[in-house]
Amino acid sequence: MIKMENIRKVYNTGKVEVEALRNVDLHVKRGDFLTVIGPSGSGKSTLMNIMGCLDKPTSGNYALNGLNIKDMDDNTLSELRNKEIGFVFQNFNLLPYASTYENVEMPLLFAGVSGKIRREKVTSILNKVGLSDRMHHRPNELSGGQKQRVAIARALVNSPNIILADEPTGNLDTQSGAEIMQLFVDLWKEGNTIIMITHDPRAKEYTDNFITITDGTIQA
Amino acid sequence: MAETINNIFKTLLLVKLFIRELKKERRKIFLTIAGIAWGTLTIILLLSFGQGLTTQMLRGQKGLGDNIVILYGGQTSIEYKGLPQGRRIRLMEEDCDLLKNSIPEIDRIAGEYDAWGITYKYGETVVNERVRGVSSVGYEDMRSQFPQPGGRFLNENDMLARRRVIFMGCDLKKKLMGDVDAVGKTVLLNNIPFTVVGVMQKKMQMGMYGGPDAEAAVMPASTFRGIFSDVYVDRIIYQVNDIDKSKYVNQQVRRVLARKYRYHPDDNNALNYWDVIEGSKQTRKAFTGITIFLGVIGAMTLIIASIGVANIMYITVKKRTREIGIKRAIGAKRSLIKIQFIIEALLIDLTGGFIGGAVAYTIIRLVESIPQDNADFGKNMAMQILSNPEFSWTIAISTCVILGLVGLLSGFFPARKAAAIDPIKALHYE
Repeated sequence: MIKMENIRKVYNTGKVEVEALRNVDLHVKRGDFLTVIGPSGSGKSTLMNIMGCLDKPTSGNYALNGLNIKDMDDNTLSELRNKEIGFVFQNFNLLPYASTYENVEMPLLFAGVSGKIRREKVTSILNKVGLSDRMHHRPNELSGGQKQRVAIARALVNSPNIILADEPTGNLDTQSGAEIMQLFVDLWKEGNTIIMITHDPRAKEYTDNFITITDGTIQA
Repeated sequence: MAETINNIFKTLLLVKLFIRELKKERRKIFLTIAGIAWGTLTIILLLSFGQGLTTQMLRGQKGLGDNIVILYGGQTSIEYKGLPQGRRIRLMEEDCDLLKNSIPEIDRIAGEYDAWGITYKYGETVVNERVRGVSSVGYEDMRSQFPQPGGRFLNENDMLARRRVIFMGCDLKKKLMGDVDAVGKTVLLNNIPFTVVGVMQKKMQMGMYGGPDAEAAVMPASTFRGIFSDVYVDRIIYQVNDIDKSKYVNQQVRRVLARKYRYHPDDNNALNYWDVIEGSKQTRKAFTGITIFLGVIGAMTLIIASIGVANIMYITVKKRTREIGIKRAIGAKRSLIKIQFIIEALLIDLTGGFIGGAVAYTIIRLVESIPQDNADFGKNMAMQILSNPEFSWTIAISTCVILGLVGLLSGFFPARKAAAIDPIKALHYE
């Protein structure tokens, strides 16, 4: 599903070149739950941006579902993000003026899904994450845990092949953090492919499939 | 086909989304819309009043005559065939027929006789005024002297039979007879009884000789000659069938009369012209200039307002950077982000334009509805000129086009900026 070979990413900040990733090889199979653990500045966010098609590697090959993203233009990448990838962010990244329902509906709007199907999908996914009674609340009327559920629902609504979660519990208290982790585990058990990035070594508790990244390289 | 429908459907959905997002910036947007509305109001009012001004000026000139040339006899300035210079040329009524028969471009022609200080008497009321004798039918069209309902202008039979009939100016009639229906009544002119056949409709007259037509009366030239024994006409008035030929016709007139009165055909002083056609052409040009000037002022106002819109949109781009990042991350294409800003700008501009247009339209209709038959008001020409704005589709459409362009421009640059935002940076933008 994800096949990364010899990925290298260099940022040019003025005159200094920063090598964020070097020689990264990574394979993720369908139905995997992979945790990427690394301290801040280790390059794990860069890795996630590349996996999520928000960024392109400086060199190396990245194939998503057998398609090499190197040759794709911005529009195709946008479509890929819309249909193949579901993002979950540490700071939720919900649209503040939109209700729970509208936030979850948004990827379907971009995909051009018709009204009836949109309603069915959004309702069923909100049921699944346990937010059917919060449909018309704005993000600022929700708790952190609830916000992250909205974000997860939004990530799932277009039935993506991969869910990319970047520190999904980072802004949550222990209790809601555990609940969100449990939700991810449940989704994984249903057959979703999940890649989670975290600096928290405790995440190992939930999965036996993890890699550690430091200084832009993957440790064994 | 199905795809087209789907696309339209999708676009509508997105517009709905944009409106939803616009709503949260209500206050700023309200001010922006007000700016655009003000600009539109200004441009429409300026153009409409400018248009009205032009029409009124032209109508005022028509009050003197509809595409006419007024011809006076002059003095020769060149010796010719033994005749000295400084000889006076006086026109006669028969010259009308001569000119009409020699110059096919002349549509209508009439001689005019003036008599001053005539005593008009009706009942116990006495008024001293001019009277004019006119020699032909069609005079009313040339000089815009149209009868009020119930009456008529002088006709051919009046002329042939030397009838003692008069057609009265509306102000003279009012002074002499008050509100009485004048048609058919007998009025004494220097103690000679005349029957009133018609009263002139009120008109706006900006050019005049002798005085306004509203304050005098006209009678058949034949009757006039019988009473006053005039040999020479005071002037000849003719109407040309093609306004672009007036200069040529004037030359022809000079040639034809040169043969009869034996002055040098190139003698410019033998005859005097008052070419109303040339005058109205000049007026039209001057007012086209004024209209353009007013339009430019209006457009400038609108551009200032649109800079306001662009400014707001720029600020919005900055404020929404993170939202743009989020949308890009969940799959919004660059074009969508761009379209959103352009559509928002267009919505603001068109809403403002619509409001401004509606207010302008209302104001124009209100001004138009001010009654103008009110005596004091009607005499006040400045008010009459100003109080006739014209709302035309040309103005409405050109304003729409300017608004549309302004809207596109004020949305385009912010939109380009928004679409260029890097989603990764935007996601971390606070």
